[in-house]
Amino acid sequence: MTSEIIATTGSARRRRPRGRTTLTRSSGLGLALALTWFSLLVLIPLSLIVIDATDGGWATFRDTLTSTQTANAIRLTVAQAFYVTVINVVMGTLIAWVLVRDTFWGKRLLEVVIDIPFALPTIVAGLVLLALYGPTSPLGINVVNTERSVFLALLFVTLPFVVRTVQPVLMEMDRDVEEAAASLGASRFTTLRRILLPALAPAITAGAALSFARGISEYGSLVLLSGNLPNRTEVASVRILTYIENGNEAAAASVATILLVVALLAIVALQLVSRWASRRD
Amino acid sequence: MTSPTVPPRTTRRERTSAGQWLRRAIVAGYLVLLVIWPVSLVVVKTFDGGLANLEHAFSDPQVTFALRLTVIVAVQAVLINTIFGVGISLLLVRHEFPGRGLLSALIDLPLSVSPVVVGLALLLAYGTTDGLFGPALSDAGFQVAFATPGIVMATAFVALPLVIREIVPVLQEIGTEQEQAARSLGAGGWQTFRRITLPSIKWALVYGVVLSLARALGEFGAVKVISGNVALQTQTATLTVEEKYQDFEQGTAYATAFLLALIAVAALVVVTFLRPKDDHGD
Repeated sequence: MTSEIIATTGSARRRRPRGRTTLTRSSGLGLALALTWFSLLVLIPLSLIVIDATDGGWATFRDTLTSTQTANAIRLTVAQAFYVTVINVVMGTLIAWVLVRDTFWGKRLLEVVIDIPFALPTIVAGLVLLALYGPTSPLGINVVNTERSVFLALLFVTLPFVVRTVQPVLMEMDRDVEEAAASLGASRFTTLRRILLPALAPAITAGAALSFARGISEYGSLVLLSGNLPNRTEVASVRILTYIENGNEAAAASVATILLVVALLAIVALQLVSRWASRRD
Repeated sequence: MTSPTVPPRTTRRERTSAGQWLRRAIVAGYLVLLVIWPVSLVVVKTFDGGLANLEHAFSDPQVTFALRLTVIVAVQAVLINTIFGVGISLLLVRHEFPGRGLLSALIDLPLSVSPVVVGLALLLAYGTTDGLFGPALSDAGFQVAFATPGIVMATAFVALPLVIREIVPVLQEIGTEQEQAARSLGAGGWQTFRRITLPSIKWALVYGVVLSLARALGEFGAVKVISGNVALQTQTATLTVEEKYQDFEQGTAYATAFLLALIAVAALVVVTFLRPKDDHGD
Protein backbone atom coordinates (compact mmCIF):
# COMPACT_ATOMS: atom_id res chain seq x y z
CA MET A 1 0.00 0.00 0.00
CA THR A 2 2.80 2.36 0.93
CA SER A 3 4.71 1.75 -2.24
CA GLU A 4 1.49 2.28 -4.15
CA ILE A 5 1.01 5.73 -2.60
CA ILE A 6 4.60 6.63 -3.24
CA ALA A 7 4.30 5.39 -6.80
CA THR A 8 1.21 7.52 -7.43
CA THR A 9 2.72 10.67 -5.99
CA GLY A 10 5.88 9.96 -7.92
CA SER A 11 4.10 9.74 -11.24
CA ALA A 12 1.90 12.72 -10.38
CA ARG A 13 4.96 14.78 -9.68
CA ARG A 14 6.60 13.70 -12.87
CA ARG A 15 3.58 14.70 -14.90
CA ARG A 16 3.71 18.23 -13.51
CA PRO A 17 5.43 20.97 -15.49
CA ARG A 18 8.99 21.58 -14.46
CA GLY A 19 8.13 24.98 -12.99
CA ARG A 20 7.50 23.61 -9.46
CA THR A 21 11.07 23.22 -8.39
CA THR A 22 10.69 25.39 -5.25
CA LEU A 23 9.15 22.49 -3.35
CA THR A 24 11.92 20.15 -4.34
CA ARG A 25 14.53 22.73 -3.44
CA SER A 26 13.09 23.47 -0.02
CA SER A 27 12.52 19.82 0.82
CA GLY A 28 16.03 19.11 -0.47
CA LEU A 29 17.35 21.76 1.89
CA GLY A 30 15.31 20.24 4.69
CA LEU A 31 16.77 16.83 3.93
CA ALA A 32 20.29 18.25 3.96
CA LEU A 33 19.68 19.92 7.32
CA ALA A 34 18.13 16.79 8.79
CA LEU A 35 20.98 14.61 7.55
CA THR A 36 23.57 17.02 8.96
CA TRP A 37 21.98 16.94 12.39
CA PHE A 38 21.51 13.16 12.24
CA SER A 39 25.17 12.73 11.28
CA LEU A 40 26.46 15.05 14.00
CA LEU A 41 24.28 13.47 16.65
CA VAL A 42 24.20 9.80 15.71
CA LEU A 43 26.23 8.64 12.73
CA ILE A 44 29.62 10.33 13.34
CA PRO A 45 29.75 9.57 17.09
CA LEU A 46 28.75 5.93 16.52
CA SER A 47 31.31 5.54 13.71
CA LEU A 48 33.98 6.93 16.03
CA ILE A 49 33.34 3.99 18.34
CA VAL A 50 34.11 1.50 15.60
CA ILE A 51 37.14 3.54 14.50
CA ASP A 52 38.42 3.80 18.06
CA ALA A 53 37.97 0.08 18.66
CA THR A 54 39.97 -0.90 15.59
CA ASP A 55 42.46 1.96 15.87
CA GLY A 56 45.27 -0.01 17.47
CA GLY A 57 44.81 -2.79 14.94
CA TRP A 58 42.86 -5.86 15.89
CA ALA A 59 45.20 -6.49 18.84
CA THR A 60 43.47 -4.09 21.28
CA PHE A 61 40.18 -5.44 20.14
CA ARG A 62 41.21 -9.03 20.72
CA ASP A 63 42.96 -8.34 24.04
CA THR A 64 39.88 -6.62 25.43
CA LEU A 65 37.54 -9.36 24.37
CA THR A 66 39.74 -12.16 25.66
CA SER A 67 39.92 -10.58 29.11
CA THR A 68 38.09 -13.06 31.34
CA GLN A 69 36.06 -10.39 33.10
CA THR A 70 34.89 -8.82 29.85
CA ALA A 71 34.16 -12.17 28.20
CA ASN A 72 32.12 -13.21 31.23
CA ALA A 73 30.22 -9.93 31.17
CA ILE A 74 29.34 -10.34 27.49
CA ARG A 75 28.39 -14.01 27.99
CA LEU A 76 26.15 -13.15 30.95
CA THR A 77 24.50 -10.29 29.06
CA VAL A 78 23.77 -12.28 25.91
CA ALA A 79 22.54 -15.33 27.84
CA GLN A 80 20.18 -13.38 30.12
CA ALA A 81 18.89 -11.30 27.20
CA PHE A 82 18.19 -14.53 25.33
CA TYR A 83 16.28 -16.17 28.24
CA VAL A 84 14.28 -12.99 28.75
CA THR A 85 13.43 -12.85 25.07
CA VAL A 86 12.14 -16.43 25.16
CA ILE A 87 9.89 -15.59 28.13
CA ASN A 88 8.74 -12.43 26.36
CA VAL A 89 7.79 -14.34 23.22
CA VAL A 90 5.49 -16.59 25.24
CA MET A 91 4.15 -14.11 27.78
CA GLY A 92 4.04 -11.17 25.36
CA THR A 93 1.96 -13.09 22.87
CA LEU A 94 -0.34 -14.33 25.62
CA ILE A 95 -0.78 -10.81 27.05
CA ALA A 96 -1.46 -9.39 23.58
CA TRP A 97 -4.01 -12.16 23.01
CA VAL A 98 -5.84 -11.44 26.24
CA LEU A 99 -5.81 -7.68 25.62
CA VAL A 100 -7.24 -8.04 22.12
CA ARG A 101 -9.58 -11.04 22.31
CA ASP A 102 -10.87 -10.79 25.84
CA THR A 103 -13.01 -8.17 27.49
CA PHE A 104 -13.00 -7.71 31.21
CA TRP A 105 -13.07 -5.01 33.82
CA GLY A 106 -9.76 -3.22 34.18
CA LYS A 107 -8.47 -3.95 30.69
CA ARG A 108 -7.70 -0.28 30.12
CA LEU A 109 -5.63 -0.33 33.30
CA LEU A 110 -3.62 -3.30 32.05
CA GLU A 111 -2.96 -1.38 28.83
CA VAL A 112 -1.35 1.36 30.90
CA VAL A 113 0.55 -1.17 33.03
CA ILE A 114 2.16 -2.64 29.89
CA ASP A 115 3.67 0.73 29.00
CA ILE A 116 4.94 1.56 32.49
CA PRO A 117 8.32 -0.20 32.06
CA PHE A 118 8.88 1.82 28.92
CA ALA A 119 7.89 5.14 30.47
CA LEU A 120 9.63 4.64 33.79
CA PRO A 121 13.20 5.95 34.08
CA THR A 122 15.52 2.94 34.15
CA ILE A 123 17.06 3.88 37.49
CA VAL A 124 13.54 4.08 38.93
CA ALA A 125 12.79 0.67 37.40
CA GLY A 126 15.72 -0.71 39.38
CA LEU A 127 14.48 0.93 42.53
CA VAL A 128 10.97 -0.37 41.91
CA LEU A 129 12.19 -3.98 41.57
CA LEU A 130 14.38 -3.51 44.61
CA ALA A 131 11.27 -2.74 46.64
CA LEU A 132 9.74 -6.17 46.00
CA TYR A 133 12.77 -8.33 45.26
CA GLY A 134 15.40 -6.63 47.41
CA PRO A 135 16.67 -7.06 50.99
CA THR A 136 13.40 -5.78 52.48
CA SER A 137 11.19 -7.88 50.21
CA PRO A 138 7.73 -8.62 51.63
CA LEU A 139 7.89 -11.88 49.66
CA GLY A 140 11.19 -12.89 51.24
CA ILE A 141 12.84 -13.06 47.83
CA ASN A 142 16.16 -11.25 47.57
CA VAL A 143 17.74 -11.31 44.12
CA VAL A 144 20.26 -8.54 44.79
CA ASN A 145 23.81 -9.47 43.73
CA THR A 146 22.69 -12.61 41.88
CA GLU A 147 22.29 -13.48 38.21
CA ARG A 148 18.55 -13.57 38.77
CA SER A 149 18.60 -9.80 39.36
CA VAL A 150 19.86 -9.30 35.80
CA PHE A 151 17.13 -11.60 34.48
CA LEU A 152 14.44 -9.81 36.48
CA ALA A 153 15.55 -6.31 35.48
CA LEU A 154 15.67 -7.25 31.80
CA LEU A 155 12.29 -8.93 32.05
CA PHE A 156 10.84 -5.71 33.47
CA VAL A 157 12.28 -3.28 30.93
CA THR A 158 11.51 -5.45 27.88
CA LEU A 159 7.90 -6.25 28.82
CA PRO A 160 6.20 -3.96 26.26
CA PHE A 161 8.08 -5.00 23.11
CA VAL A 162 6.44 -8.27 22.05
CA VAL A 163 3.03 -7.19 23.39
CA ARG A 164 3.08 -3.95 21.41
CA THR A 165 4.23 -5.53 18.15
CA VAL A 166 1.79 -8.47 18.28
CA GLN A 167 -1.25 -6.49 19.45
CA PRO A 168 -1.94 -4.48 16.26
CA VAL A 169 -1.52 -7.57 14.05
CA LEU A 170 -3.93 -9.52 16.21
CA MET A 171 -6.43 -6.64 16.01
CA GLU A 172 -6.34 -6.61 12.21
CA MET A 173 -6.67 -10.36 11.93
CA ASP A 174 -9.87 -11.81 10.62
CA ARG A 175 -11.57 -14.10 13.08
CA ASP A 176 -13.54 -15.79 10.31
CA VAL A 177 -10.54 -17.79 9.15
CA GLU A 178 -10.10 -19.28 12.61
CA GLU A 179 -13.78 -20.05 12.85
CA ALA A 180 -13.77 -21.61 9.41
CA ALA A 181 -10.85 -23.80 10.44
CA ALA A 182 -12.67 -24.78 13.61
CA SER A 183 -15.90 -25.56 11.79
CA LEU A 184 -13.97 -27.71 9.32
CA GLY A 185 -12.90 -29.82 12.26
CA ALA A 186 -9.48 -28.37 13.04
CA SER A 187 -8.59 -28.78 16.69
CA ARG A 188 -7.69 -25.69 18.71
CA PHE A 189 -4.05 -26.71 18.55
CA THR A 190 -4.15 -27.11 14.76
CA THR A 191 -5.81 -23.71 14.39
CA LEU A 192 -3.13 -22.21 16.57
CA ARG A 193 -0.32 -23.89 14.67
CA ARG A 194 -1.62 -23.53 11.12
CA ILE A 195 -3.58 -20.26 11.22
CA LEU A 196 -2.53 -18.08 14.13
CA LEU A 197 1.19 -18.65 14.51
CA PRO A 198 2.08 -18.12 10.83
CA ALA A 199 0.13 -14.86 10.82
CA LEU A 200 1.68 -13.65 14.07
CA ALA A 201 5.20 -14.94 13.44
CA PRO A 202 6.59 -11.76 11.80
CA ALA A 203 5.27 -9.57 14.62
CA ILE A 204 6.56 -11.93 17.30
CA THR A 205 9.99 -12.05 15.64
CA ALA A 206 10.10 -8.28 15.39
CA GLY A 207 9.19 -7.89 19.05
CA ALA A 208 11.72 -10.54 20.04
CA ALA A 209 14.50 -8.73 18.16
CA LEU A 210 13.65 -5.46 19.89
CA SER A 211 13.50 -7.14 23.26
CA PHE A 212 16.85 -8.90 22.72
CA ALA A 213 18.54 -5.70 21.54
CA ARG A 214 17.23 -3.82 24.55
CA GLY A 215 18.28 -6.65 26.83
CA ILE A 216 21.92 -6.73 25.77
CA SER A 217 22.22 -2.94 26.06
CA GLU A 218 20.49 -2.42 29.39
CA TYR A 219 22.27 -0.44 32.06
CA GLY A 220 20.20 1.84 34.29
CA SER A 221 17.85 -0.70 35.85
CA LEU A 222 20.78 -2.96 36.80
CA VAL A 223 22.91 -0.39 38.63
CA LEU A 224 21.23 -0.67 42.02
CA LEU A 225 20.05 -4.25 41.59
CA SER A 226 22.84 -6.48 40.31
CA GLY A 227 25.69 -5.28 42.51
CA ASN A 228 27.98 -5.32 39.45
CA LEU A 229 30.10 -8.16 40.80
CA PRO A 230 32.92 -8.96 38.36
CA ASN A 231 32.51 -12.33 36.58
CA ARG A 232 29.15 -12.90 38.28
CA THR A 233 26.60 -10.14 37.82
CA GLU A 234 28.49 -7.59 35.79
CA VAL A 235 26.91 -6.91 32.38
CA ALA A 236 28.53 -5.56 29.22
CA SER A 237 27.29 -1.98 29.70
CA VAL A 238 28.85 -1.83 33.15
CA ARG A 239 32.14 -3.11 31.72
CA ILE A 240 32.06 -0.30 29.16
CA LEU A 241 31.44 2.28 31.86
CA THR A 242 34.32 0.94 33.95
CA TYR A 243 36.64 1.14 30.94
CA ILE A 244 35.52 4.76 30.32
CA GLU A 245 36.09 5.69 33.95
CA ASN A 246 39.58 4.17 33.81
CA GLY A 247 40.33 6.25 30.73
CA ASN A 248 40.65 3.17 28.51
CA GLU A 249 38.38 4.40 25.73
CA ALA A 250 39.72 1.95 23.15
CA ALA A 251 38.71 -1.03 25.28
CA ALA A 252 35.33 0.57 26.00
CA ALA A 253 34.88 1.08 22.28
CA SER A 254 35.72 -2.58 21.60
CA VAL A 255 32.98 -3.87 23.87
CA ALA A 256 30.64 -1.20 22.53
CA THR A 257 31.38 -2.36 18.98
CA ILE A 258 30.25 -5.84 19.83
CA LEU A 259 27.01 -4.43 21.22
CA LEU A 260 26.57 -2.24 18.13
CA VAL A 261 27.09 -5.18 15.80
CA VAL A 262 24.49 -7.20 17.67
CA ALA A 263 22.09 -4.23 17.60
CA LEU A 264 22.63 -3.80 13.85
CA LEU A 265 22.01 -7.50 13.29
CA ALA A 266 18.74 -7.14 15.17
CA ILE A 267 17.69 -4.23 12.96
CA VAL A 268 18.63 -6.08 9.78
CA ALA A 269 16.64 -9.06 10.98
CA LEU A 270 13.70 -6.74 11.68
CA GLN A 271 13.83 -5.27 8.19
CA LEU A 272 14.02 -8.71 6.60
CA VAL A 273 11.11 -9.95 8.66
CA SER A 274 8.90 -6.98 7.86
CA ARG A 275 9.78 -7.25 4.18
CA TRP A 276 8.97 -10.95 4.20
CA ALA A 277 5.70 -10.23 5.99
CA SER A 278 4.59 -7.57 3.54
CA ARG A 279 5.41 -9.80 0.59
CA ARG A 280 3.17 -12.53 2.00
CA ASP A 281 0.11 -10.27 1.97
CA MET B 1 -12.51 -1.81 20.93
CA THR B 2 -14.88 -4.48 19.62
CA SER B 3 -17.87 -2.85 18.03
CA PRO B 4 -21.22 -3.58 19.69
CA THR B 5 -22.84 -4.52 16.37
CA VAL B 6 -21.01 -7.83 16.19
CA PRO B 7 -23.46 -10.64 17.03
CA PRO B 8 -22.63 -12.30 20.35
CA ARG B 9 -20.66 -15.51 19.94
CA THR B 10 -22.22 -17.23 22.87
CA THR B 11 -21.38 -20.79 21.94
CA ARG B 12 -17.74 -19.94 21.44
CA ARG B 13 -17.58 -17.99 24.67
CA GLU B 14 -19.07 -20.80 26.74
CA ARG B 15 -16.66 -23.28 25.27
CA THR B 16 -13.56 -21.20 25.96
CA SER B 17 -14.63 -19.87 29.30
CA ALA B 18 -12.27 -21.99 31.43
CA GLY B 19 -9.30 -21.28 29.21
CA GLN B 20 -10.21 -17.63 29.21
CA TRP B 21 -10.13 -17.47 32.98
CA LEU B 22 -6.84 -19.31 33.07
CA ARG B 23 -5.30 -16.89 30.58
CA ARG B 24 -6.64 -13.89 32.46
CA ALA B 25 -5.23 -15.24 35.71
CA ILE B 26 -1.79 -15.90 34.23
CA VAL B 27 -1.59 -12.45 32.63
CA ALA B 28 -2.88 -10.66 35.71
CA GLY B 29 -0.57 -12.60 38.02
CA TYR B 30 2.44 -11.96 35.82
CA LEU B 31 1.76 -8.22 35.58
CA VAL B 32 1.04 -7.89 39.29
CA LEU B 33 4.31 -9.57 40.25
CA LEU B 34 6.42 -7.83 37.62
CA VAL B 35 4.95 -4.32 37.51
CA ILE B 36 1.96 -3.44 39.67
CA TRP B 37 3.15 -4.66 43.06
CA PRO B 38 6.74 -3.32 42.78
CA VAL B 39 5.56 0.07 41.52
CA SER B 40 2.99 0.41 44.27
CA LEU B 41 5.66 -0.41 46.86
CA VAL B 42 7.66 2.63 45.74
CA VAL B 43 4.59 4.75 46.40
CA VAL B 44 4.23 3.13 49.83
CA LYS B 45 7.89 3.68 50.66
CA THR B 46 7.71 7.30 49.56
CA PHE B 47 4.83 8.04 51.92
CA ASP B 48 6.26 5.89 54.70
CA GLY B 49 6.46 8.77 57.15
CA GLY B 50 3.68 10.86 55.69
CA LEU B 51 4.99 13.68 53.56
CA ALA B 52 8.36 13.81 55.35
CA ASN B 53 10.29 12.12 52.53
CA LEU B 54 8.92 14.45 49.88
CA GLU B 55 9.47 17.53 52.05
CA HIS B 56 13.00 16.40 52.80
CA ALA B 57 13.70 15.84 49.11
CA PHE B 58 12.31 19.21 48.10
CA SER B 59 14.35 21.05 50.70
CA ASP B 60 17.53 19.44 49.36
CA PRO B 61 19.17 21.89 46.92
CA GLN B 62 20.85 18.99 45.12
CA VAL B 63 17.45 17.47 44.32
CA THR B 64 15.75 20.72 43.30
CA PHE B 65 18.71 21.68 41.10
CA ALA B 66 18.70 18.25 39.46
CA LEU B 67 14.96 18.40 38.81
CA ARG B 68 15.22 21.86 37.27
CA LEU B 69 18.12 20.78 35.04
CA THR B 70 16.23 17.66 34.00
CA VAL B 71 13.18 19.66 32.93
CA ILE B 72 15.28 22.21 31.01
CA VAL B 73 17.19 19.45 29.21
CA ALA B 74 14.09 17.39 28.46
CA VAL B 75 12.17 20.33 26.99
CA GLN B 76 15.08 21.27 24.70
CA ALA B 77 15.67 17.70 23.58
CA VAL B 78 11.98 17.06 22.89
CA LEU B 79 11.68 20.32 20.96
CA ILE B 80 14.63 19.39 18.76
CA ASN B 81 13.31 15.85 18.26
CA THR B 82 9.81 17.07 17.39
CA ILE B 83 11.00 19.43 14.68
CA PHE B 84 13.49 16.90 13.34
CA GLY B 85 10.99 14.05 13.66
CA VAL B 86 8.15 15.74 11.78
CA GLY B 87 10.55 16.90 9.07
CA ILE B 88 12.23 13.57 8.52
CA SER B 89 8.91 11.67 8.64
CA LEU B 90 7.49 13.88 5.88
CA LEU B 91 10.65 13.39 3.82
CA LEU B 92 10.66 9.63 4.34
CA VAL B 93 6.99 9.12 3.50
CA ARG B 94 6.32 11.79 0.90
CA HIS B 95 9.55 11.81 -1.06
CA GLU B 96 11.69 9.44 -3.00
CA PHE B 97 15.46 9.79 -2.80
CA PRO B 98 18.48 7.48 -2.95
CA GLY B 99 19.28 5.94 0.41
CA ARG B 100 15.77 6.41 1.77
CA GLY B 101 15.46 2.80 2.89
CA LEU B 102 18.85 2.95 4.59
CA LEU B 103 17.98 6.19 6.38
CA SER B 104 14.68 4.78 7.56
CA ALA B 105 16.52 1.77 8.99
CA LEU B 106 19.21 3.90 10.63
CA ILE B 107 16.63 6.14 12.29
CA ASP B 108 15.71 3.24 14.59
CA LEU B 109 19.32 2.67 15.60
CA PRO B 110 19.25 4.84 18.77
CA LEU B 111 16.57 2.57 20.26
CA SER B 112 18.87 -0.44 20.11
CA VAL B 113 22.07 1.24 21.26
CA SER B 114 23.03 0.92 24.89
CA PRO B 115 22.76 4.25 26.75
CA VAL B 116 26.34 3.82 27.94
CA VAL B 117 27.46 3.40 24.32
CA VAL B 118 25.55 6.57 23.39
CA GLY B 119 27.46 8.43 26.08
CA LEU B 120 30.76 6.97 24.90
CA ALA B 121 30.02 7.86 21.27
CA LEU B 122 29.25 11.47 22.16
CA LEU B 123 32.35 11.60 24.34
CA LEU B 124 34.52 10.41 21.46
CA ALA B 125 33.07 13.14 19.23
CA TYR B 126 32.66 16.03 21.67
CA GLY B 127 35.02 15.23 24.56
CA THR B 128 36.75 18.46 25.57
CA THR B 129 40.32 17.21 25.35
CA ASP B 130 40.42 14.23 23.01
CA GLY B 131 37.11 14.31 21.16
CA LEU B 132 36.95 14.76 17.39
CA PHE B 133 35.14 18.13 17.49
CA GLY B 134 35.48 18.80 21.23
CA PRO B 135 38.73 20.80 21.36
CA ALA B 136 37.77 23.02 18.41
CA LEU B 137 34.32 23.73 19.88
CA SER B 138 35.89 24.32 23.26
CA ASP B 139 38.32 26.86 21.77
CA ALA B 140 35.36 28.62 20.24
CA GLY B 141 33.92 28.89 23.74
CA PHE B 142 31.27 26.19 23.31
CA GLN B 143 31.58 23.27 25.68
CA VAL B 144 29.48 20.22 24.87
CA ALA B 145 30.75 17.37 27.05
CA PHE B 146 30.35 17.78 30.81
CA ALA B 147 27.91 20.64 30.19
CA THR B 148 24.25 21.16 29.38
CA PRO B 149 24.59 20.90 25.55
CA GLY B 150 26.08 17.42 25.93
CA ILE B 151 23.26 16.33 28.20
CA VAL B 152 20.72 17.69 25.70
CA MET B 153 22.43 15.81 22.85
CA ALA B 154 22.52 12.55 24.81
CA THR B 155 18.84 12.94 25.64
CA ALA B 156 17.91 13.83 22.06
CA PHE B 157 19.89 10.81 20.83
CA VAL B 158 18.11 8.22 22.95
CA ALA B 159 14.63 9.62 22.26
CA LEU B 160 15.24 10.31 18.58
CA PRO B 161 13.03 7.67 16.87
CA LEU B 162 10.01 8.01 19.16
CA VAL B 163 8.21 10.86 17.37
CA ILE B 164 9.08 9.43 13.95
CA ARG B 165 7.78 5.95 14.77
CA GLU B 166 4.41 7.40 15.74
CA ILE B 167 4.00 9.76 12.77
CA VAL B 168 5.26 7.65 9.85
CA PRO B 169 2.48 4.99 9.93
CA VAL B 170 -0.21 7.70 10.12
CA LEU B 171 1.30 9.64 7.24
CA GLN B 172 1.38 6.46 5.18
CA GLU B 173 -2.23 5.68 6.01
CA ILE B 174 -3.73 9.09 5.23
CA GLY B 175 -2.14 9.18 1.79
CA THR B 176 -1.70 12.33 -0.25
CA GLU B 177 -5.11 12.94 -1.81
CA GLN B 178 -6.13 15.75 0.55
CA GLU B 179 -2.72 17.34 0.38
CA GLN B 180 -2.81 17.26 -3.41
CA ALA B 181 -6.32 18.71 -3.42
CA ALA B 182 -5.12 21.55 -1.20
CA ARG B 183 -2.14 22.09 -3.45
CA SER B 184 -4.24 22.17 -6.59
CA LEU B 185 -6.53 24.73 -4.93
CA GLY B 186 -3.51 26.96 -4.53
CA ALA B 187 -2.35 26.28 -0.99
CA GLY B 188 1.38 26.73 -0.37
CA GLY B 189 3.61 24.15 1.26
CA TRP B 190 3.37 25.57 4.77
CA GLN B 191 -0.38 26.17 4.50
CA THR B 192 -0.97 22.60 3.34
CA PHE B 193 1.10 21.30 6.21
CA ARG B 194 -0.66 23.43 8.82
CA ARG B 195 -4.21 22.96 7.55
CA ILE B 196 -4.18 19.40 6.19
CA THR B 197 -1.21 17.35 7.31
CA LEU B 198 -0.82 18.59 10.89
CA PRO B 199 -4.46 18.01 11.96
CA SER B 200 -4.36 14.46 10.68
CA ILE B 201 -1.11 13.54 12.44
CA LYS B 202 -2.05 15.50 15.58
CA TRP B 203 -2.67 12.52 17.86
CA ALA B 204 0.31 10.57 16.66
CA LEU B 205 2.43 13.66 17.25
CA VAL B 206 1.07 14.21 20.76
CA TYR B 207 1.67 10.56 21.58
CA GLY B 208 5.20 10.70 20.20
CA VAL B 209 5.99 13.90 22.11
CA VAL B 210 4.69 12.49 25.39
CA LEU B 211 6.69 9.27 24.92
CA SER B 212 9.78 11.35 24.11
CA LEU B 213 9.25 13.54 27.14
CA ALA B 214 8.94 10.54 29.44
CA ARG B 215 12.08 9.03 27.91
CA ALA B 216 13.94 12.36 28.12
CA LEU B 217 13.08 12.93 31.78
CA GLY B 218 14.25 9.44 32.64
CA GLU B 219 17.48 9.09 30.69
CA PHE B 220 20.25 7.80 32.89
CA GLY B 221 23.16 5.91 31.33
CA ALA B 222 23.97 8.22 28.42
CA VAL B 223 23.69 11.30 30.62
CA LYS B 224 25.86 9.69 33.29
CA VAL B 225 28.74 9.29 30.84
CA ILE B 226 28.54 12.62 29.00
CA SER B 227 27.58 14.89 31.92
CA GLY B 228 30.40 14.03 34.29
CA ASN B 229 27.72 13.68 37.01
CA VAL B 230 28.71 16.66 39.16
CA ALA B 231 26.13 17.54 41.79
CA LEU B 232 24.68 21.05 41.44
CA GLN B 233 26.31 21.43 38.02
CA THR B 234 25.55 18.62 35.59
CA GLN B 235 23.66 16.11 37.71
CA THR B 236 20.17 15.29 36.49
CA ALA B 237 17.33 13.84 38.56
CA THR B 238 17.94 10.19 37.71
CA LEU B 239 21.60 10.52 38.64
CA THR B 240 20.56 12.08 41.93
CA VAL B 241 18.34 9.07 42.63
CA GLU B 242 21.33 6.77 42.22
CA GLU B 243 23.62 8.90 44.39
CA LYS B 244 21.07 9.36 47.15
CA TYR B 245 20.28 5.63 47.23
CA GLN B 246 23.95 4.70 47.45
CA ASP B 247 24.51 7.35 50.14
CA PHE B 248 21.82 5.64 52.25
CA GLU B 249 19.43 8.59 51.87
CA GLN B 250 16.83 6.11 50.69
CA GLY B 251 13.86 8.27 51.66
CA THR B 252 15.07 11.04 49.38
CA ALA B 253 15.90 8.52 46.65
CA TYR B 254 12.38 7.02 46.81
CA ALA B 255 10.77 10.47 46.89
CA THR B 256 12.68 11.66 43.81
CA ALA B 257 12.04 8.36 42.05
CA PHE B 258 8.36 8.65 42.94
CA LEU B 259 8.23 12.10 41.40
CA LEU B 260 9.84 10.90 38.17
CA ALA B 261 7.57 7.86 38.05
CA LEU B 262 4.54 10.05 38.70
CA ILE B 263 5.35 12.28 35.73
CA ALA B 264 5.97 9.26 33.50
CA VAL B 265 2.79 7.43 34.50
CA ALA B 266 0.66 10.60 34.41
CA ALA B 267 1.83 11.32 30.87
CA LEU B 268 1.04 7.75 29.91
CA VAL B 269 -2.44 7.78 31.44
CA VAL B 270 -3.34 11.11 29.87
CA VAL B 271 -2.32 9.93 26.43
CA THR B 272 -3.97 6.52 26.74
CA PHE B 273 -7.29 8.04 27.68
CA LEU B 274 -7.14 11.05 25.37
CA ARG B 275 -6.21 9.14 22.26
CA PRO B 276 -9.21 8.35 20.05
CA LYS B 277 -10.15 4.72 20.46
CA ASP B 278 -10.68 4.06 16.78
CA ASP B 279 -7.23 5.10 15.65
CA HIS B 280 -6.56 1.64 14.31
CA GLY B 281 -9.03 2.15 11.50
CA ASP B 282 -11.51 -0.56 10.65
